[in-house]
Amino acid sequence: MVTLLDVIIRVLVGIAVLGFLAGSAMFLIWLERKVSAHIQNRYGPMRVGWHGVLQAVADAVKLLLKENIVPREADKLVWWLAPFFAVVPSVMAFAVVPFGKHIIVQDLNIGILYITAVTSICVLSVFMAGWGSNNKYAMLSAMRSAAQIISYEIPLTIAVVTVLMFANTLSMQGIVASQAHRWFIFHPSLALAFLIYMISATAEVNRTPFDISEAESELVAGFHTEYSGMKFAMFFIGEYTNVFIVSAIATTLFLGGWQGPLLPSPIWFLAKTYTLVFVLMWVRWTFPRVRIDQLMGFAWKVLTPIALANLAIAGLLLLK
Amino acid sequence: MSETVKESKHLATEDFLVNMGPQHPSTHGVLYLELQIDGEVVVDCTVHLGYLHRSMEKIAESRTYTQFIPFTDRLDYIASMNNNLAYVLAVEKLLNMEVPERAKYIRIIIAELGRIGSHLLGIGTFAQDLGAFATPLFYGFRDREQIVEIFDELCGNRLTYNYMRIGGVQFDLTKELVDKTRKFVQYMRHKVDDYEWLLSGNAIFLARTKGIGVMPKEQAISYAVTGPNLRGSGVKWDLRKDEPYLGYEKFQFDVCTRENGDSWDRYKVRLDEIRQSLRIIEQAVDGLPEGDPTVKVGRVIKPAVGEAYMRAESPRGELGFYIVSDGSTNPYRLKIRSPSFSNLAVLPELVRGLKVADLVCILGSLDIIMGEIDR
Repeated sequence: MVTLLDVIIRVLVGIAVLGFLAGSAMFLIWLERKVSAHIQNRYGPMRVGWHGVLQAVADAVKLLLKENIVPREADKLVWWLAPFFAVVPSVMAFAVVPFGKHIIVQDLNIGILYITAVTSICVLSVFMAGWGSNNKYAMLSAMRSAAQIISYEIPLTIAVVTVLMFANTLSMQGIVASQAHRWFIFHPSLALAFLIYMISATAEVNRTPFDISEAESELVAGFHTEYSGMKFAMFFIGEYTNVFIVSAIATTLFLGGWQGPLLPSPIWFLAKTYTLVFVLMWVRWTFPRVRIDQLMGFAWKVLTPIALANLAIAGLLLLK
Repeated sequence: MSETVKESKHLATEDFLVNMGPQHPSTHGVLYLELQIDGEVVVDCTVHLGYLHRSMEKIAESRTYTQFIPFTDRLDYIASMNNNLAYVLAVEKLLNMEVPERAKYIRIIIAELGRIGSHLLGIGTFAQDLGAFATPLFYGFRDREQIVEIFDELCGNRLTYNYMRIGGVQFDLTKELVDKTRKFVQYMRHKVDDYEWLLSGNAIFLARTKGIGVMPKEQAISYAVTGPNLRGSGVKWDLRKDEPYLGYEKFQFDVCTRENGDSWDRYKVRLDEIRQSLRIIEQAVDGLPEGDPTVKVGRVIKPAVGEAYMRAESPRGELGFYIVSDGSTNPYRLKIRSPSFSNLAVLPELVRGLKVADLVCILGSLDIIMGEIDR
C-alpha cells in the first residue's frame, strides 16, 4: 500500500533531486572552466564571486536576456523541440539514480534498463537540432553524431549487461547492494567492462576525443551552431547533466555506489561521481579528436568485439 | 551552386556544397574555401582569396624606403621580425650596403627567436585544429610570451615591432637582454621535450597526422612550396644554408628534413627546427661582437636606378622582396613573394578524396598566415 506520507516523501525527494540537478549542472560548468583553465596555465573565471563560482549564474542571466534567433527556412517545430529533447531525458534518468541509502526518487525494478532507454533519446535532440536548423554544418554534425551515438550504445550496453550478470538484478539499489563485499571494479572481467563503459560513455556524451559532432575546428559549433540564448543553454545544461549521469551510473555499477566507511552515503556517492567527472574533463583537455572513420572503426572493430568476448568470459566465470 | 547528382544502383546521392569561411574557426584568418563534399569526403576544394587585401605593394610606391618597414610587420604578423629583416636586407642589397658585424649577430638572434615563436604558435594551432582543445595552443602562447617579452624590452612592441632599420637595428641588444636570451634558450630546451610528451607520443595525434596530406617531393617543388613544408617532403633546401645571408654560414646547425611529406612530418620538422634555432641563438649570443649596431645612412635614402631581389628564410619559407628603384625616395615598384601564398596553393591537390577533418588537419600543418597571402 502506498500511503500519502510515502507519496509526499517521494515528491520532496524528487524536488530535491531537481534542485540538485540544476545546481550540479551549473557547478559542473564552473568546474570545467576551472579545470581547463588550470590545465592550460590560466585562472579561468575569477570575477563573479569567490574564484568565479557565480560565473554560471551570470552566464545564465545573460543567456536569458539574449535574443532568440530563428533561422529562415528552419523546420520550426523540430527546431523548437530539440533543446527540450536534450534536457528532459537526462532529467528523467535522475529518477532512478541512488544518491544514498534512502535517497532515490523511485527504485524501479528495471532501473538500469530504464536509464539506458531514456538516455538513448538524447540522440534525437542532436538530430532534430541538426535537421531543424537548415544549416549545412549542423546537418553534417547531426549525421555524424547519430552514427556515433548509436554505434557506441552497443559496447556500452554490453558492458552494462556484464555487470547485470554478476548483480542478478536490474534495480539500481539492488546493484549497489550486491557490491557490499567487493566493488565490481575489483573483479578482473568487470574492470575491463568499466574501461569499455567509460570509453563508450565519453563518446555518448560527445566529449573529446570523441566530440566530432561539435568539432569546433571543422563544424564551427556543430548541431547547435544556429541556437542562441536560452535554447543554447538548454543544450549546454543537457550536456553537463549527461556527463553527471554517465559518471553516476559508472559509480553505481562499478564503484559500489553510495557505499563507503564512516562518511554518510550521499557524500561517498558524490565524491566518487565527481572524481569520474574530473577524469572525463582531464581527458577532454588533453587529447586531440579522432576522425569520424577512426571513431566508427574503433567502435565496431575494437570495442564491440572486446565487449562481447568479455561478456562470454564473464559468463564462463559465473558457470563454475 | 553547382550540385551534381550521381546515379548509383541503389541510391542517388548529391554532392554537398559547403562554404568554409571567410569566418570559420580553423581557417587561420579570413580564408574562404569552397568545398564540394560527398558525405564526409572532400570531392573538390576551391580556395578564394582577397578578404585581407590591403594593397601593401601599391602603398609601398607612395612611401619612402624607411616608411615601409612598419607595413612589413603586417604581412606575417606572427613573425614580424623576420618580415622586417627580409625587407631591410632587400633595401640594403639595392643600396649595396654592408652592415656592422654586431648588427648581423643581433639580427640573427632576433630572427631565430621570431622563428621559434612562430613555430610554437604553428604547432599550437595545428594541435587545436586536430581537436586538442586549446591546451597545446596555450602552452605555445606561454612559451612565446617569453620571446615577446624579450622583444618588448628590446623595442617596446609586442606584435608589430618595426625594429629592423636600413643599415642596422633600431636599438642595441643590452647586456640584460643577452642574459635573458641565454636563460630562454635553457628554458626552451626543456619545453620542446614537453611538446614531444604532450603530442608526439599521443596515439590519437599519430593516427590523425601520419600519412595524411602526403605531398611528394616533385609536387612540393612544382608548386614552389618552401620552408618547413618543403623540408617535410624531403627536400634539403634552406636559404640559411644554401644562399647564406647575414653570415649564417658561420653557424653550426642542421637543416631538418623528413621523408614522407605528410602532416606529421611537417609538424616534426617545425619541432626540430626549434631545437636548431636554439643552437644558432646560443652560438650568436656567445660570439656577439662589440661595437655600434648601426651605420649612418642619412635621413633621405635614394638608391641608384636599378633593381634588387632579396630572399630570406622566414619561418614559413622563402620570403622575397623585389624592389625597383627609379632613383627617387620611394620604390618605383615593390613585389612581395610570400611563402604562405605558394604553400596554400597546393592545398586543393592534397585534400581531394580525404575527409573534412583531414582538410582541417592539412591546413593546420601547412601553417599559413592570411596576412602575407593577401598582402
